[in-house]
Amino acid sequence: MTAPQTAPGASPPLVELNAVSLAYGEGREATLALADATMKIGQGEFVAVVGPSGCGKSTLMKLVTGLIPPTSGEVKVRGERVTRPIKGVGMAFQNATLLPWRTTRDNIMLPLEVVQPHKSRLRAERAAYFDKAQKLLASVGLGEFGDKYPWQLSGGMQQRSNVCRALIHEPQILMLDEPFGALDAFTREELWGIMQALWLERRFTAVLVTHDLREAVYLADTVYVMSRRPGRIVKIRKVDLPRPRTLETTFQAEFVDIVHELRERIQMEHG
Amino acid sequence: MAMTARQQRYARLAMPWLTLAVLLIAWELACLVFDVPEIVAPRPSQVFAVMVQRWDLLVRFCLETLWTTMIGFVLAIGFGLLLGLAIGASPFVYAGLYPLLIAFNAIPKVAIVPILMIWLGIGALPAIITAFVISFFPIVVNVATGLATIEPEMRDLMRSLGASNYEILTKVGIPRAMPYLFASLKVAATLAFVGSVLSETVGGNRGIGFLMLSASARNDSATTFAGLFAIAIMGVAVYAACALVERRMTRWAFRGELVR
Repeated sequence: MTAPQTAPGASPPLVELNAVSLAYGEGREATLALADATMKIGQGEFVAVVGPSGCGKSTLMKLVTGLIPPTSGEVKVRGERVTRPIKGVGMAFQNATLLPWRTTRDNIMLPLEVVQPHKSRLRAERAAYFDKAQKLLASVGLGEFGDKYPWQLSGGMQQRSNVCRALIHEPQILMLDEPFGALDAFTREELWGIMQALWLERRFTAVLVTHDLREAVYLADTVYVMSRRPGRIVKIRKVDLPRPRTLETTFQAEFVDIVHELRERIQMEHG
Repeated sequence: MAMTARQQRYARLAMPWLTLAVLLIAWELACLVFDVPEIVAPRPSQVFAVMVQRWDLLVRFCLETLWTTMIGFVLAIGFGLLLGLAIGASPFVYAGLYPLLIAFNAIPKVAIVPILMIWLGIGALPAIITAFVISFFPIVVNVATGLATIEPEMRDLMRSLGASNYEILTKVGIPRAMPYLFASLKVAATLAFVGSVLSETVGGNRGIGFLMLSASARNDSATTFAGLFAIAIMGVAVYAACALVERRMTRWAFRGELVR
């Protein structure tokens, strides 16, 4: 089992946040959503951000992807300052937002119609891309469901498709905003396994926003704990449990200890 | 007594006809029992007799009205779609035009028909324009609503992929607005009939509205009612056509199994 390649100082981090703050609104009505966040995310690292609800976790995602500019501080990706939506990102939200007029396969192929170089190749190499989508679907157990419409799929299947759509264009960075939040416990745990397998195979850099501590510890190399609004990073915990982690892992003492440690820190925020 | 699925479907298909039959019979009986003179309210049987007797005339006037209505309606679809897309896609266009549209929609259209007559004379043109003016509003509002209610997550996702506003509009916005468009067409089509008949009634020399007006001037209420029936039948027919197109075009919006 290899430890994540995040040896400090070895190579510049892929994503860097330096004293980033974000306020919504202007003047007296401005509310600070995120305060003074500093993070370094290495290439291929799996990061989880946990914290009480409304602590600016989702804001953090929008900042990293350049969807909103920070009020102060700077966000850097690949060493460059982010000023507009960055390239090479995949996103999946709690709400699957699959387009109901497209089949599942066509939904998954949506990024290929937008992102270069796939956009200009898609027409000529339709068959190859079709295969690619089919393989990805099969890898999450949806091989036979490509021609079904999203509303014919269960919630768990929709979320798996959602993750496929986020990965089809082989992004370097995957952003996950509580993607398993609306699922039942069994389905959620099943998807943790699928997510981990995809990551082990492709080694993209992942940022997972969640309020499920077990989910964070199961999937992540590093867990960031955020405070109540305005969100500050109050704890950084490395998780060096061996991979692949299984549901069995979640009952082991080391795993449980880490979850407890995180839980205690978050409890302080509520106290 | 439980009905099978098939029996239930037939019963549902028969319901509107049964309701119509009951209403007409009640009307007929009421006229007979209370001895209502024909000039006040003709019995349905008298109306149908006139319809058969004056079939050629009715069809000719109906086709005139249908023709002007459809031209006005098609114009309303084109214009309403474009304006709806503009309003739904741009907050600035929305802010600029929406209040004016509401104000315009509040004007009783009967008030603008005489103005149209001054400008355009009598004939088909005022009827076409009245049909257009009265029916484009619901199309604009619905299309704009369809666009404006794109999920923010979907917008974020498209932007993070580097999609242009045009790509967001064509790949997400417009397909999403289609069910809203087709839903509005059913309303707009019937409104278009109101518009053209209104214009024909206020002043004109053609169409079913003119026929009704001249019939009532001759105290021929059976023909007037025949005209009313004809408009209702055309309205239902066009509504049904729109509903059919809607089913065809946006099957996904009915979530499969619910399509009947």
